[in-house]
Amino acid sequence: MKKAVEIKGLSFSYSDNEILKNLSFSVPEGEFFIIIGPNGSGKTTLMKTIAGILKPQKGSIQIFDRPLKEYARKDLAKIIALVPQMAALDFPFTVTELVLMGRSPHLSMLGFEQEKDMEIAENAMALTGIDHLAHRTLDQLSGGECQRVFIARAICQEPKIILLDEPTASLDLAHQIKVMDLMEKLKKEIGFTVIVVSHDVNLAAMYGSHLLLLNAGIIASLGKPKDVLTCHMLEKTYNCKLLVDESPVGSFPRVTLVPRSEVVELEDGVNL
Amino acid sequence: MNHKTPFVIKRIVAVSLLLLLLLLITMFIGISMGSTGSGLKAVLQSLSGEKGADSMLDTIVWQIRFPRVLLAALVGATLSLGGLVFQALLRNPLAEPYILGISGGSAIGAIIGILAGLSRFPGVSFTAFLGSIATLVLLLIMSSGQSILKKNTLLLSGVMVNAFCSAIIMFLVSMTQNAKLHNIIFWLMGDLSMSDIGQVGILAATLLPCFIILFLYSHSMNLLLMGNEMAQTMGVNIRRVTTILLVTTSFMVSSTVCHCGLLGFVGLVMPHLLRLILGPDHRVLVPACILSGGAYMVICDLLARLLPQQGEMPAGVITAMIGAPLFMYLLKRSKR
Repeated sequence: MKKAVEIKGLSFSYSDNEILKNLSFSVPEGEFFIIIGPNGSGKTTLMKTIAGILKPQKGSIQIFDRPLKEYARKDLAKIIALVPQMAALDFPFTVTELVLMGRSPHLSMLGFEQEKDMEIAENAMALTGIDHLAHRTLDQLSGGECQRVFIARAICQEPKIILLDEPTASLDLAHQIKVMDLMEKLKKEIGFTVIVVSHDVNLAAMYGSHLLLLNAGIIASLGKPKDVLTCHMLEKTYNCKLLVDESPVGSFPRVTLVPRSEVVELEDGVNL
Repeated sequence: MNHKTPFVIKRIVAVSLLLLLLLLITMFIGISMGSTGSGLKAVLQSLSGEKGADSMLDTIVWQIRFPRVLLAALVGATLSLGGLVFQALLRNPLAEPYILGISGGSAIGAIIGILAGLSRFPGVSFTAFLGSIATLVLLLIMSSGQSILKKNTLLLSGVMVNAFCSAIIMFLVSMTQNAKLHNIIFWLMGDLSMSDIGQVGILAATLLPCFIILFLYSHSMNLLLMGNEMAQTMGVNIRRVTTILLVTTSFMVSSTVCHCGLLGFVGLVMPHLLRLILGPDHRVLVPACILSGGAYMVICDLLARLLPQQGEMPAGVITAMIGAPLFMYLLKRSKR
């Protein structure tokens, strides 16, 4: 199996604050790879270095066996698409216009779309179930709809790797499942490599083929959900009392928060 | 909406032709009307170069009104386009060269150039350009980092830069006894009366390439609206595109400032109006801004010429009287 992403000795710092410390791992093509970890553990930073937005000070990133820095912006955009955390837009583009922007890396400078591009955009909108919103502007949509518009835009880009930064963070329960189902479908049907940054360990357990647990810029654990999501590892990483058992709805772990537990001694010394 | 193949291109052509017609009509009105009342027929005769036309009117039309109207159109086009580009770059619908103090910076540069005795072109144009770049850099430093996305930081920085520039301008004007600056106050309020066909021609020749460059980057501006990071992942080379847009726009704005002083709020009115009517696609908005911004300025200048009983008022008075209330309205609305 080809490696979609291979990272060796990656370090990244903002001035003297080291966020990522000497990370090495790889993501095989066609994986559903989920990066989890506490707030400030470096998840989003890691994602941005993979997207080529942040340049790491040390280490190397290879995308399909070619160093990331050798890619021209436009070529990289044909391989990696990013779905940001809730993007705010002050300018009233319609859903169609926004999704079509995903075609840009495949088009000339002025981005004049051909009929073929329109078809690709329509397919992407159908896949994400937003075709009925095509002529609405973004400010008329709900959070869940907006999220799907940005996912459709990423699909329209026809990448090989799709990166999602906390795609379920502001969604209700039904939409959380819908978004993750959609990603799984894309992985299976189109062969996308899906890399997700998530706060939700339970969704990660359900959908991830591999999980990366990040803690303070270091890989705390990497592997299959049942190997990563152990009670001991999670309590140590998140610093709170948890219960981990097998989910009643499938063969994956279930993580339950324990309210008002005594153990708590949070990082910053606050006692509950 | 029909989304067949070259839909965007069709739309650009249709909008451009329509607005070009509008611009030509306003320019014709601008040329026909003036303090020397004369019939449309006579003006038409003179414009078409027909023999037997009144030679006095001929001179007025060709030597005075035509260059002035052309200058107004060029300046209006430049400032509207400048507003559009800054709004896209800074992702702030309230950005505009005048409000951000970039016009003010050009004016300082221009005054220094005049005081140093440089010729208007290329000397004063160059010092004006340096002035605009300097204020731009100052502005970017003041609102540097991610906070540039926050409306208030940027606007406050702009207000400060603008106030500082005004102070420097007044300081320079007060300190000098240079006769060249005798009508500087008039010039500062935006004055189109000092137009001579040769200079307007040079201005047109410098502005046209800028318009073309900005049109070529219009789709990049669309992508920039989604944020720098998103634009990067869609293949935009942020550093290159931002630099080209900033330098081209500053150059363009400073070239017009040294011809006709500070015309405020032009860059606010047209982009907003057009975005309401045409939507936010910059591939349509760039040509639309150029053409209708020109038409708007021609009308403003016409009002400035015709309204006063005696003499005329600076065109900047009209543009600010229309633009400032609109700005306040937009500011209030954007805080929702």
